[in-house]
Amino acid sequence: MTVAGGQPARTRATAPVPHVEGLDELLRSMADDEFVIGFSDSEWTGIAPLLEEDIAMSSLAQDELGHAQALYGLLAEVTGAADADTLAYDREPADYRHARLLDHGRGDWAMTIARRYLYETSDAVRLAALAQASWRPLAELVGKLVREERYHLMHVGLWLERLATTGGEPRDRLLAALGMLGPDSGTVFTPLPGEAALLEAGILARPMVELERDWRVGVAARFEGLRLPGLPPTQDPARGRTDHGAAFVWLHGEFTMVRRSDPAATW
Amino acid sequence: MVTQVAPEPTVEAVQRALAEVPDPELPVLSVVDLGIVHSVDLDARGIWVTILPTFVGCPALDVIRASIADRLSEFGLPVQVDTTFEVPWTSDRISPAGRRALAAVGIAPPSEPDAVRCPFCASASVAMDSAFGPTQCRSLYYCRACRQPFEALKAV
Repeated sequence: MTVAGGQPARTRATAPVPHVEGLDELLRSMADDEFVIGFSDSEWTGIAPLLEEDIAMSSLAQDELGHAQALYGLLAEVTGAADADTLAYDREPADYRHARLLDHGRGDWAMTIARRYLYETSDAVRLAALAQASWRPLAELVGKLVREERYHLMHVGLWLERLATTGGEPRDRLLAALGMLGPDSGTVFTPLPGEAALLEAGILARPMVELERDWRVGVAARFEGLRLPGLPPTQDPARGRTDHGAAFVWLHGEFTMVRRSDPAATW
Repeated sequence: MVTQVAPEPTVEAVQRALAEVPDPELPVLSVVDLGIVHSVDLDARGIWVTILPTFVGCPALDVIRASIADRLSEFGLPVQVDTTFEVPWTSDRISPAGRRALAAVGIAPPSEPDAVRCPFCASASVAMDSAFGPTQCRSLYYCRACRQPFEALKAV
């Protein structure tokens, strides 16, 4: 909001925040997912294998951080937190709820593509289940996110195909990355605390287990076409969004560094 | 002696003033041509403008808000600029004049990725180099006919 020349003319009518158990967990998990993958991929800025990819990965990262900011904004409305930045930067590593799929260190290019492909396809299924959310501000934001994520899917899908169909080292590295991420690949669909209430309130259209099933069917078809091995079931689903490892603790140190140096600074 | 008199604040006058506010990333377009002005309301207490972000994380939003507030300051009323996702901004909201202005500076107006035409020679024989260009809203293309790289606005 920008106000020039005095008091605001009037305040905007906003849809009242519904008191639904689990709404905070849903928004936190989505915002943390977008924030962590966006920040991880921004690590390629300046060092991606091609100039076009440097730009693309930076632009993708910028999109995701923007999505995270909007989702943290909604979360702040729900929880009464001061603002999006407080939620993004002022928590301990153990309080983040991103999927363990995003907990692996940046790795090589194949790892980055594999992780992003698994995430983008999961996110698309999740967003589709929120498109008709009964809380309008969420449905409106989701409508906007879907339009942007379409380009992400298109881009990462082409890269997956390129690595999978180029024999030798590219394919070997992709297989190694998928092997590493496989046991965590379905963790975006970790059932949420309060999920029953979200379903009841018409915020989430279908339970996470059903969404995961749909996602696995879609990915299996794509992988079969590329002669890639199937994904294993999630290892330790109860800890799909908790107990983040050393790679995330390091990343957290990186993305909070500037904020910690002067928490009151304005940018 | 010339006295500066604040112009009569009407919705039409505010719209005309907004048509002179350039988009910071695509300065050949005004915020009106870009289609991001969602609503203009005013009364004796102030002017209230709601804009639609083109992209959720558009980094130019603060600049756009500030330039709108600055341009409308001549009306001598408080100005408030809000953003909303109530209706999604889509690239269909770019005006015909805006589409022509984009093409004139070598940026293909938005269309589905497989229907983009070269803004220089109008050839359909083009290839997408990358979905991602210099700003969030643009993709990179190459024209096989006139061998010219160019940018296209994403169709969102």
